Amino acid sequence: MTLALSRRDQRLLDRTTPGRRLVAIRVVVLLASLAGLNYIVWRWAASVNWSSWWIAVPLILAETYSVVDSLLFGLGAWRLRERGEPPTAPDPDDLETRVTVDVFVTTYDEPVDLVMRTALAAQRISYPHTTWILDDGGRAEIRAAGEAAGIGVITRSDDWTDRPRHAKAGNLNNALLATEGEFLLILDADQVPKPEILHRTLGYFKDDRTALVQTPQWFENVPESDPLGSQAPLFYGPIQQSKDGWNSAFFCGSNAVLRREALMQLGVARYVTEVEAAVRRAVRTSRKLLARAREEAVGQPRVLEALDDAETVVERARAEFAAGESIGDVTYRFQRGIDTIAFRFADADLAAMKDDLAELAALSLGPDTFDALDEAALDLLAQRSSSPLAAIESISLLVGALDVDRGSEAQAIMPLATISVTEDMATAMRLHGLGWKSAYHDEILAVGLAPEDLSTMMTQRLRWAQGTMQVFFRENPLVQKGLSWGQRLMYFSTMWSYLSGFAAVVYIAAPVLCLSFGVVPVQAYSVDFFARLIPFLVLNQLLFWVVAAGRPTWRGQQYSLALFPVWIASVTTAFQNVYRGRALGFSVTPKTRQAATGPRWDLVRPQIWAVACLVAALVLVGVRYATGQAEGVAPLVNIAWVLFDLVIFSIIVRAVLYPGPPAPHDKEPS
Amino acid sequence: MMTVTVEAVEGGCVLSPQGRLTVVSTPQLRDEVAARLAAGDRLIVVDLSGTTFVDSSGLGALVSCLKSARQAGGDLRLVAPTEQVSMVLRLTNLDRILKPRASVAAALDD
Repeated sequence: MTLALSRRDQRLLDRTTPGRRLVAIRVVVLLASLAGLNYIVWRWAASVNWSSWWIAVPLILAETYSVVDSLLFGLGAWRLRERGEPPTAPDPDDLETRVTVDVFVTTYDEPVDLVMRTALAAQRISYPHTTWILDDGGRAEIRAAGEAAGIGVITRSDDWTDRPRHAKAGNLNNALLATEGEFLLILDADQVPKPEILHRTLGYFKDDRTALVQTPQWFENVPESDPLGSQAPLFYGPIQQSKDGWNSAFFCGSNAVLRREALMQLGVARYVTEVEAAVRRAVRTSRKLLARAREEAVGQPRVLEALDDAETVVERARAEFAAGESIGDVTYRFQRGIDTIAFRFADADLAAMKDDLAELAALSLGPDTFDALDEAALDLLAQRSSSPLAAIESISLLVGALDVDRGSEAQAIMPLATISVTEDMATAMRLHGLGWKSAYHDEILAVGLAPEDLSTMMTQRLRWAQGTMQVFFRENPLVQKGLSWGQRLMYFSTMWSYLSGFAAVVYIAAPVLCLSFGVVPVQAYSVDFFARLIPFLVLNQLLFWVVAAGRPTWRGQQYSLALFPVWIASVTTAFQNVYRGRALGFSVTPKTRQAATGPRWDLVRPQIWAVACLVAALVLVGVRYATGQAEGVAPLVNIAWVLFDLVIFSIIVRAVLYPGPPAPHDKEPS
Repeated sequence: MMTVTVEAVEGGCVLSPQGRLTVVSTPQLRDEVAARLAAGDRLIVVDLSGTTFVDSSGLGALVSCLKSARQAGGDLRLVAPTEQVSMVLRLTNLDRILKPRASVAAALDD
């Protein structure tokens, strides 16, 4: 449905960052990018110390990584989009224009109180809507509490039994088919919405190509110093606004409104893509499967005979598919063909049975009895499972694949992507690929709870990073046809940022090696070097400062280095998962604090080693100075570098010692 | 608003959704198909000539009806979509799987 659009709405829909601010940003982007290119080109062309290539090459690769990261950040900032005031929501009092909204509170195993706190707040949202709790745990207490409050509770339908559940994506997909609102507000169990959340977001859908409006996630149980880096003021702000400028602000799983029509269209389009791919795969491997079936059936002449018939059926499907006939028809004829073979065998079996029965019939009863028996037996035998073909695994594989019912999945239509544990990003990318728009509305409209200890925080970061890398390996944004180049690069830049773990290792190792053993990866720490590096570093920080416009960015910078083992693990485990089918190994982020166990130094062993190496390097360079082995600028540069690394890593110590927020919100009675 | 008229034919039935097949009216279609399959029909022909508008939820419902029909050993076929419906079938590529027939007779033919 197209919503009425006033001139004011149109103006607000088109609005972006004020001109003066955008010009300032663009000037700094341009300067920082030029400085970055100037530095890195010189480094490659004239300053790699090839005689120590084993550290020089990793270092220049890491530096190249950082320059590309900076260029991608600049590219985003170039179109930073601050939308300000939203267009007005469709009038809720006018039955003609008012839209229908479902509010979904998703939960798996969070405490009932916590879920109900959010659900009751959701119920109080002022725009007319229906609130639902999507309880993936199927808990009786949640059902009782929901019903007592007049809130619907949706649990998985029977179709999901013994089929892949796909975690939160599955939970949402299940609920989509059980509800009918035109718009869906998605809330995690801990994200308590403000009453005005829908009034402030629905207006964006007056652009009828808009599929998603994302708002920030902000946490109330985090002190000002934010030792765990829970708040993401740069991400829920300039970074999403940068993406928004390129129409690629993405869905972050909660505090977002989605258009049902867009999701369902995506679901149908994906269904077609996936059925087509499965059928193509089956057709391509059919000859191999038939050959394998013959091997399995050696010494069973009846089955071999059936396989000859099956081959005819398969070959026909192959030819029809190649000729571009509709997949529904090809697969239907194929399935009927296989059934016919089954029938023929059943007939033969039945004929034998009949002879036996005929002898018995002579002894008793009337012929009618046997007619009935016949029918029943035929029905039974005609079922595919009793066919001799069904006993052959490779044939059942083929029969399963050459169909349009996606029988291995609970639902044929899966609007939310199931290729990643971060279904949100994957889904947004597919929506953008279909030509839908998104908006990032920078106003805190829900207040949530962040992890309160290091262990939980690290699990959560690992999961986000793994999910992002799964998307990268499965649906690399750089090659998605429906996306513009700006969109491809914006998605890619998020994935690129998770590769920082590898660069961090080099940034720790290089100065340590230099100070401890005098290994110099750069040819000369000369004027040439500083004249290129310093402008780049300064302009890069300036760019951060201008873009952030007063938001704190230091914590984020610290963690992007300090959590390097997490980032590395995310890339390797996602790779193993996608290409080798291994499990990712993570758990759902607990929303409540785990039992107090004392400081968990064990969680940060690699970081402690890194700090130890950095400190040892300072001691060693002291010894080398004392004995006259160290001289010149190189040690000084590297000492500064080590000190910077140590300041970065200091956050890990604070995080380990962090006892949780001083005044915990309504804690569970223990 | 949508109404579904049902006509029994040899081996199955012809369902004709009249009006708008949208998220609000899809349960009606799904229930009707489930009932016909339970009653032993195998071939479900959906005559779309009286369907003025289909949204993506409507398409989704057609897919889940196709799934039910197939799992019951039958089939679901579309007939004579209006221009808007042809367009959304094309837009989602669903016509790659469910290619509409020109007439009920053609749908019953093979």
